[in-house]
Amino acid sequence: MSPAATLLAATGSLEPAARSFLSPTGQEIVFLLVGIAVLGSAVVAVTTKQLVHAALWLIVALGGLAVEFLLLTAEFIAWVQVLIYLGSVVVLVLFGLMLTKAPIGRSPDADSKNRWVALAVALASAGTLVTLVVDAFRTSWIDLGAGGGSAAVTGASLFRNWVLPFEALSVLLLAALVGAIVLSRGDKRRVPAPRAGKLRAGRPVGSNGTVAATAPRTAPEAAGSAAGSSDAPSAGSSDAPSAPAASEES
Amino acid sequence: MNLALPVLVPALPVLGAAATLAVGRKAPGLARPLAIVPVAVSAVLALVVALQLGTGRTLDAATRLTPTGGPDIALALHLDGFASLISVLVGLVATCVQVYSTAYLKKDPRYPSYAALVSLFTAAMFLVVYSGDLIVLLVGWEVMGLCSYFLIGHHWETADARSASLKAFLVTKLGDVPFLFGIFLLAADAGSFRIPDVLAAAGEGRLGHPTLIALLLLAGVAGKSAQFPLHTWLPDAMAGPTPVSALIHAATMVAAGIYLVARLLPVFLLSGAALVVLAVMAAVTMIGSALCALAQDDLKRVLAYSTVGQLGYMAGALASGDREASVFHLVSHGAFKALLFLAAGVVIHAAHTNSISVMSRIPGLRKRVPDAYWTMGIALVALAGLPPFSGFFSKEAVLTAAEHAANGEALTNGLGPASAVPQAAGWIVLISAALTALLTGAYATRLFLVAFHSPTGAAAAPRVLPAADPATAAADHEAGAPYSPEPDEADPATAEPPAMRWPLWVLAVPTMGFGIAGLRSDWLPALLDGGPLRPSGVTAVTGTGLALVGVLAAYGAWRSATARLGTGGPAPAAEVVVADPGRTLLGPLFGPARHGFGVDRLYDALFVRPVAAAARLVRFLDREVVETYVRGSGAGADLLGRAVRLAQTGNAQTYLSALLAAVVLLAVLVAV
Amino acid sequence: MHLAYPAVLAALLFSVGVYGVLARRNAVLVLMSVELMLNAVNLNLVAFDVWLRDSLHAGQALTLFTITVAAAEIGLGLAIVLLLFRARGTADIDRATALGDPAEALATEEAPAGAEALKGQATA
Repeated sequence: MSPAATLLAATGSLEPAARSFLSPTGQEIVFLLVGIAVLGSAVVAVTTKQLVHAALWLIVALGGLAVEFLLLTAEFIAWVQVLIYLGSVVVLVLFGLMLTKAPIGRSPDADSKNRWVALAVALASAGTLVTLVVDAFRTSWIDLGAGGGSAAVTGASLFRNWVLPFEALSVLLLAALVGAIVLSRGDKRRVPAPRAGKLRAGRPVGSNGTVAATAPRTAPEAAGSAAGSSDAPSAGSSDAPSAPAASEES
Repeated sequence: MNLALPVLVPALPVLGAAATLAVGRKAPGLARPLAIVPVAVSAVLALVVALQLGTGRTLDAATRLTPTGGPDIALALHLDGFASLISVLVGLVATCVQVYSTAYLKKDPRYPSYAALVSLFTAAMFLVVYSGDLIVLLVGWEVMGLCSYFLIGHHWETADARSASLKAFLVTKLGDVPFLFGIFLLAADAGSFRIPDVLAAAGEGRLGHPTLIALLLLAGVAGKSAQFPLHTWLPDAMAGPTPVSALIHAATMVAAGIYLVARLLPVFLLSGAALVVLAVMAAVTMIGSALCALAQDDLKRVLAYSTVGQLGYMAGALASGDREASVFHLVSHGAFKALLFLAAGVVIHAAHTNSISVMSRIPGLRKRVPDAYWTMGIALVALAGLPPFSGFFSKEAVLTAAEHAANGEALTNGLGPASAVPQAAGWIVLISAALTALLTGAYATRLFLVAFHSPTGAAAAPRVLPAADPATAAADHEAGAPYSPEPDEADPATAEPPAMRWPLWVLAVPTMGFGIAGLRSDWLPALLDGGPLRPSGVTAVTGTGLALVGVLAAYGAWRSATARLGTGGPAPAAEVVVADPGRTLLGPLFGPARHGFGVDRLYDALFVRPVAAAARLVRFLDREVVETYVRGSGAGADLLGRAVRLAQTGNAQTYLSALLAAVVLLAVLVAV
Repeated sequence: MHLAYPAVLAALLFSVGVYGVLARRNAVLVLMSVELMLNAVNLNLVAFDVWLRDSLHAGQALTLFTITVAAAEIGLGLAIVLLLFRARGTADIDRATALGDPAEALATEEAPAGAEALKGQATA
């Protein structure tokens, strides 16, 4: 069946009288509630002043999305989402925060001065997109049938129709793996020395000055906000990964 | 006859000039031979060409140079008696001057460029003389002007030389612009730039505007040949080296204007008005310059004013319709005036000053430079027009021509009807020439006596040795007199090596003997138009008598002034010490004459100051008005740049914000 | 199910991601926000795949690919952030302004250091 015929079939079988925003089905109610949770946790994740908390709120958001996938009958993708995002990406992010010595606890300068511009842009894009989407799809309905996204169906589709992109993606993953290793090996030769030609007047040479400038700034804040942070151990950043790992297991 | 020879005549000095410039700095030893040999060979070739051509024949050869759409420009040769005669003169004088310069500019570091320019000038003069095409002639004409500019400014370290070269250039260009238009008009009327065609058209009366053409051409001639309204550059041009004055500003370049009029005389004969204008110009020039020459203190300026006057003679002969007499005088004057200048160079080297009043106080000057003394005497006699030297014959030829023209039977020698020359022109020329003969005798005598024969022992003048430093020499000349000093490093003790002596005697030969060439009609006249050049009785007696009167008057005035000086005891001021007959003879005219009758000041007030004021106005407008806009646009761009710079923070988030905002904006705009 | 629910949720999630990308200072958090945006896209893909009943399951296959690419992206991105941190001692995006206008860069980020340098020069 071609997509156009599918579209016709899908729209042709509509019964507008029976379907309305005013009479939501159970699935829709669940989707709405989970969606609100996802959105809320995403908003908290991008606004919280505690950097590690942001990562943890991201887990909530992404996990919620996995539920949404399930509600849309894409069960295989939901598990992939849980495995990859919750299992690896967030862990990577937490490692990144740890390795860049992100402060534990509240850091008042988590947002840049660009915040209000960003808010305006985000609101504008949200308004535009929502208007557009609602306007376009307010009469479209999804006929959900179980098994549409099962592992069997997805696997058959993937290895029948999408083999070539799949293999290409595996090469891409390999390249990314190699690239990440090469970039982060920490070889002294890999780190370019401060280039004399690029220096500008008044700029201190190299990074020692800025390291010295950032280190004292983070230490008092970490000490000051240690009491306020709920889940961060007082020891410091070395214990930070254990907390998300624990929460993920639970 | 072989065309290669006449082509080689102008070509060789050009090659010599290029070679001199190319090797002059690396191999200074080669500069002198490279300067002399091509010019000398050219002179010999010019003589050979003249002999091969013989008398009464002409040679015309042309190759089309460029199609213009209008009259074609052709690289054309036109050789006749006039051309060959003048080319021989140019070759002779140029060779003498080059030889002389090797000694005169011995220690000059810029000798190679100087010699190259003299060679180039010689080539240009040959080109002017040989050219059969008016545009090609104009090229030579302008190259000469350029060389003159450079050579006058040879000592560009001095402000005098700089301003003099600029003045010469601008004044001659002032004449050259109408001259160019005159050539265009002439070619448009005649349908060709070729001189034979133009002359043929003039003979058939096909020229539509002969008066306008003649007057336009006369402007260029006045500029080049230093005639009355445009003569002021020549005395100042004496700031150049003396050999240059001899070659360019006495013998050749200034004669080019006369030569051109002689070539195109049939055109001028079509317009009586132009001839009268030429006659008036010549008359004013010769009388005024003779008066000025009588009052000058600078030896070279005396000679310069004398040159202007003698050019007036030639112009007068042309105004009388007799180009033979004019060219005759041109050649003899070229020889004796070059001789005068070269001798003056020797004297100036020896005395280390230009001022004749200072020379008069140098004891034994004439014994120091016997060659210069004698040759200068010979040339001055020729200048004064006393028999039997060449000046006498040529001046008598001019007077005879004027006399004939005044009687209404002008000696046009078949170029046009005798009635073409207005009698008024003849009278004007005749009277002014007679008066000038008197004045010429006087200033020649004055120059000779004051410079060489002052009673130095009797006067209370201190024993002025040749001044060692130029500062005292400059301060020594009479205060307020126009003075064109030339920086000069020669040691007075060795001022005249043989290379500076024998050119004098070479030039003294034609000075003494050339006049005889006009006596028989199958000698010089056969080479030219064939008319008589023999002096007629009345004018010969009158002219010689007047010249003698001038000589005697100057001598008498000098004697009485010397006597006064001898009895009057030591005088306080330097200028009273000198027994100057000019002061006695001119009386109240002396002051104005010394300053060229204020023509320079007049021009300064009439032209220079208004132009300078206009230039200041333009400068003000440019600086304050136009520049404001320019600066404003610069400042505006700068401000804009500063504003735009604010956007480049280096913060990727800012960039991304702007990008996304723009995307949203575009999406909304497209959707709505 | 009404299609507008997932579509609107995806749009809002995307906008939240945009805000995070533009407003967050720490580079790691910016990467996190990028993940949010990618997930919004994933939601759209899945929703439309289900709606269209695509026989090829293009939406779901592409969602899988997107997840893969996102994993690769965050790996590389974190490596770059680490490198930046090692080189400059900070992971703050708004301090990595070496490509900016010098005067602006000085004025915004390193004014104290510049002022100290100037003072040092003045006293020396």
